[in-house]
Amino acid sequence: MTTDLPATVPQPDDTDTILRAILRDVLGLSDERVAELDESSGLFGYLPEFDSMAVAGLLTEVEDRCDILIEDDEVDGEMLETYGALLTFVSAKRAED
Amino acid sequence: MLTTWQAPGGSVEQAIRCGSATGPCLLVLPAWFDEANKTRHFTVETMRMLAQRGIGSVLPDLPGCNESMAALEAQTLSSWREAASAAAAHFGCSHVLAIRAGANLAPALPGFAYAPLAGKSALRALLRARTIAAKEAGRPETTESLLETGKAEGLELAGYRLGAAMVADLSQAALPDSPLAKLEPGGPGLWLRAEPEHNAEQAAALANLIAESVAR
Repeated sequence: MTTDLPATVPQPDDTDTILRAILRDVLGLSDERVAELDESSGLFGYLPEFDSMAVAGLLTEVEDRCDILIEDDEVDGEMLETYGALLTFVSAKRAED
Repeated sequence: MLTTWQAPGGSVEQAIRCGSATGPCLLVLPAWFDEANKTRHFTVETMRMLAQRGIGSVLPDLPGCNESMAALEAQTLSSWREAASAAAAHFGCSHVLAIRAGANLAPALPGFAYAPLAGKSALRALLRARTIAAKEAGRPETTESLLETGKAEGLELAGYRLGAAMVADLSQAALPDSPLAKLEPGGPGLWLRAEPEHNAEQAAALANLIAESVAR
């Protein structure tokens, strides 16, 4: 199987791949569905199963796999609203460290 | 089969027992809170598969959890550790299988840990779920203030009412240095799933890893 992921945001690193893998694990998406996620794909507030507990699990997993620490005040609805917003946040966070 | 045992606090607790009463027997320490629900099917299925491979196992309810009549709010990390040790002694367990935060409670027995999680990380995830929900509801809370309140008065997190001592214990709980072998059955962890699911192949893989190691 080819994993020809669409280039949503220019990524100098593997953040995009890691984030897609985490979303696949948390939401139980197929590889095809995960590959279809683009910048505007809705997350928090769009997917009924993506509740606060699932978001907490996702952020903890992002911290683990990306080796970053996400503070309370950085977490808001906007940063979680779309795949693009989450990717931008995590990429910036990784660049900081 | 269902059986019972008495926890050190005096409460009579349920346990699921699988496999033969002779030979090796694993004390299964399950994941905690929401993760316990998401991995219950997987945990029990792993026990059934272990039984098919000649290994007995017992999954006790910790006081305050699952079918327990004891108050969760009255529990502390040490009351849970004592309960885990008492269950191991009662059922004559030779090994431990600790799943996720269950690893914080493992008595001094040889055995296995699947994706061990420190108590403080388990607490952090619960606090985070609460702050996210609170923010969405328009009444923001901070982790620091929740923790402060929790250590003084206890705290309800994801529907679980934890006592002040438990909150204080968990906030400090790093994973103990343990001789438990870490197992990696492959595939995504079921505790991550927003919608609980089962993975029979993963349960079989975990049972195989344990059976191979116990037989050695």
